[in-house]
Amino acid sequence: MASAGGRILIVDDNKVNRLLLSRSVEMLGHSVVLAENGRIAMQRLADGGFDLLLLDIEMPEMDGFEVLAAIEADPELRGLPVIVTSSVEGLDNIVRCIELGAEDYLPKPVNRVLLQARLTSCLEKKRLRDEQRALLSRFATSEVARDLRDQGFAIGGRRLRASVLFCDIRGFTKLSEAQAPEATIELLNAWYALMFDAIASHGGMVSLMIGDWLMALFGAPHPLDTPAQQAVDAAREMLAMIDGFNVERRAAAEPDLRIGIGIATGEVVAGYAGTQNRACYTCIGMTVNRAARLESHTKAVDREILIDAETCAGLTSTVAPALVGAVAFKGFSEPLDVFSVR
Amino acid sequence: MTDAVLDSAAYAELQDTMGADFAAELLETFLAEAPVMLDALRKAAAASDAEGFRRAAHSIKSNAGLFGATALADMARGMELGGLPTAAPDAIEAEYGRAGAALRALLDG
Repeated sequence: MASAGGRILIVDDNKVNRLLLSRSVEMLGHSVVLAENGRIAMQRLADGGFDLLLLDIEMPEMDGFEVLAAIEADPELRGLPVIVTSSVEGLDNIVRCIELGAEDYLPKPVNRVLLQARLTSCLEKKRLRDEQRALLSRFATSEVARDLRDQGFAIGGRRLRASVLFCDIRGFTKLSEAQAPEATIELLNAWYALMFDAIASHGGMVSLMIGDWLMALFGAPHPLDTPAQQAVDAAREMLAMIDGFNVERRAAAEPDLRIGIGIATGEVVAGYAGTQNRACYTCIGMTVNRAARLESHTKAVDREILIDAETCAGLTSTVAPALVGAVAFKGFSEPLDVFSVR
Repeated sequence: MTDAVLDSAAYAELQDTMGADFAAELLETFLAEAPVMLDALRKAAAASDAEGFRRAAHSIKSNAGLFGATALADMARGMELGGLPTAAPDAIEAEYGRAGAALRALLDG
């Protein structure tokens, strides 16, 4: 029990109740933070790090019902277990607490054995939920994890305007054959860490990783004001990071890493595809095909970043893309104007 | 009206589960807070503040119940459910006079 001690916020306007509850909870091996009313409780909750809330109902300024509603409305706080401890009159008030999302109701004065049982079970549930969240964000990116948390899971797509970015490492197969598999995975991990960082810092999310190849979305699942500009900024930061990485590699007598990036902007269909049991967040459409073709074309024209006309049109800063020419890509009826960015 | 001023088993249990020192600290806190709560109750009644009246009565009920001041708790509960009174809440102050004295005796004893 003591090993699983949680951090618990106790909200009660009555000093005697606050003292008694906090001592009872501390005696059970948990740490306690106190708040005298709902408004102060919400301020404390904003700092984060709580495992459970022990909440009184009758309070001045902001009562327990209002706190429950505010927690339910906040995606960051939703799921935080709340145990209502009150001597509120009327069964309908207790029912209202549960309907507003409270995990449980303990009448005052709180029975210590009951309190211990409820705390242990709620903290265990919270631990499982945290583990699930961590797992979800490990395999699904934090944006998709958040989308799932807010919108729930449903197979199906939405039309969105987004920029799609493809990136791969040039000559990676050759590189990986010349070294031990452990070294290859280590190199990939270092590369992914740099690329994820550059992409996330410009509002994008990585939607696919396959070997030395990745696809990132700017504007899905959450819309962005300037997806094209953010994608191009991310691409340039990716290159700057690779430059820095290569300085280290040269010092270790390793060959330079080179990457190619293709960016296309336009309508995509994004959503969860798969089955009820196994699905992933994905993005399809001509924009995605275009980005993939542009990326593979970087090798043919020896450029690092290639973008399409729609991405050019969406640029807000003075990037000055250079027209490379019109290219007839496989699967496209008309030749496409291709631009390079430095 | 036959409610006991004090059910001394409540305080004994508190001492048993929370330790004698903490039980005493808690009771002293109540004896210091009770006049403040009674004052809030009286002011709310005078200002026809139904919400404040109910909340003050609720608080007194909750604490009085904890220390076994049964009559005081019942009286406060009646006020919490009954709404604003027509007269000043003198009766509850008199009841607190009795309960408070009995509780203070527990501390001294």
